[in-house]
Amino acid sequence: MDCRERASQVSRASGRLRVEGASASLAGAAAEAGRTTSPGQDCRAPTARPPERSGDHGVPASDGERGSGGTKSPGQEINRRAFLEQAGRFIILTGAASLAWDYVLAGTPQAAPNYVATDHWWGMIIDIDKCIGCGNCVRACKAENDVPTDEPGCYRTWVERYQVRPNDMEHPIVDSPNGAYDGFPEIDKPGDGVKVFFVPKLCNHCAHSPCVQVCPVGATFESPDGVVLVDKDRCLGCRYCVQACPYGCRYIDPRTHTVDKCTLCYHRITKGLTTACCEACPTGARQLVDLKNPADPVHEFMRTHKVHVLKPNLATGAKAFYSGLDGSVR
Amino acid sequence: MRERFRHVEHVFRAALLFVGGFALFLVVRWALVPADFGVYGFYRAGALADNQALPLRYAGQAPCLDCHADVAETRKDSRHARINCEACHGPLARHATGDFEIKPKALNPRLLCLQCHTQALGKPATLPQIVAVDHAPEGPCIACHKPHRPKID
Repeated sequence: MDCRERASQVSRASGRLRVEGASASLAGAAAEAGRTTSPGQDCRAPTARPPERSGDHGVPASDGERGSGGTKSPGQEINRRAFLEQAGRFIILTGAASLAWDYVLAGTPQAAPNYVATDHWWGMIIDIDKCIGCGNCVRACKAENDVPTDEPGCYRTWVERYQVRPNDMEHPIVDSPNGAYDGFPEIDKPGDGVKVFFVPKLCNHCAHSPCVQVCPVGATFESPDGVVLVDKDRCLGCRYCVQACPYGCRYIDPRTHTVDKCTLCYHRITKGLTTACCEACPTGARQLVDLKNPADPVHEFMRTHKVHVLKPNLATGAKAFYSGLDGSVR
Repeated sequence: MRERFRHVEHVFRAALLFVGGFALFLVVRWALVPADFGVYGFYRAGALADNQALPLRYAGQAPCLDCHADVAETRKDSRHARINCEACHGPLARHATGDFEIKPKALNPRLLCLQCHTQALGKPATLPQIVAVDHAPEGPCIACHKPHRPKID
């Protein structure tokens, strides 16, 4: 049901409405509409707003007050005109734009809760030709996300070094000492014609994640913006997802005995920042990509380079795209 | 009347047991399943906010340049211009948000430089690479190269 139908149902249901009921239904309708709103609608919405309404909106003081609209106290009856104005506002400004508009009027647009998860679809592109194996990303990730440095096997991201002999793609020599936290030692005796390259690895944030499918308690999930996250309060530490992940991207945090993994720095990307590993990469080998935002310059990269995902045969919908990936990489 | 239902009493007992069991199930389910579970999918909607609320350690590039525009000017056309400040200076979100007691940690230039510039297989040819013992056995790199503008003019 779209918000138009819903609003008209509300107005049919009773001629004189109470503010509480109206705002609750409308907030619901707006939330529903917000999930299907395109950015274009949001952009032109403010101009479409009736100008005479601009006076009676203060800054919303709390979440509860936000969206109730107007200065009337809860329970107070409103007339048809006020209701239609509110309904019109929610229909035209739909969801997030409506919430943000209060802040725009108050002169603090930066404080508006503008992040709409469904407007994004996050992934990462990794340019293997640019990776120099310095391990800066691994160190940055551990610093940002409080990943244990003294326990073995705790990596949200790590870098592997591949040595591939000519005509022997099936037997590469792979090493990743301490996940490349301290970079790589020199190769002792490189064979003749051996090809060496570095492959940064992280959670592929699969759209159809095997790890999510096996979780018995709903403690791990694909967020609406395409990031595979863990709910640490719900995780039992059963390790089922650790086994299910075909990329080996999960580990058990020895301190909490719950599972931990790359969150694609969800606390950063939702604030408009890039991930810690991308922040620290000196060569730009890793770049965060918003696949739903055509203005993201990384789209140009995706369009002009041949990219590949790991283990495409598993149909996991992986969103870590590798450019220059060798066939020996697993 | 009682006579009439005498032979089906066991059915009522079973039904009562079933209803009681179902009520118990509902109570247990209400107690165990969080209120916001299932809003977006088979997970707790609040977990999204939990993940968003984690503290930042890296501030990002923009706040650095607000104050340190001189450094940006120095490395404007150097090959290190595209490297973010925190890639070398470490995570400094607290410094960037006004806690100036937190200073960038002292860097060991030799270690830091060699992390990238040691000659090794697998690095692209466009990256300047050295063998430290041949190139500069003793001296610190910064005796000749300035990190913000490494090319020697």
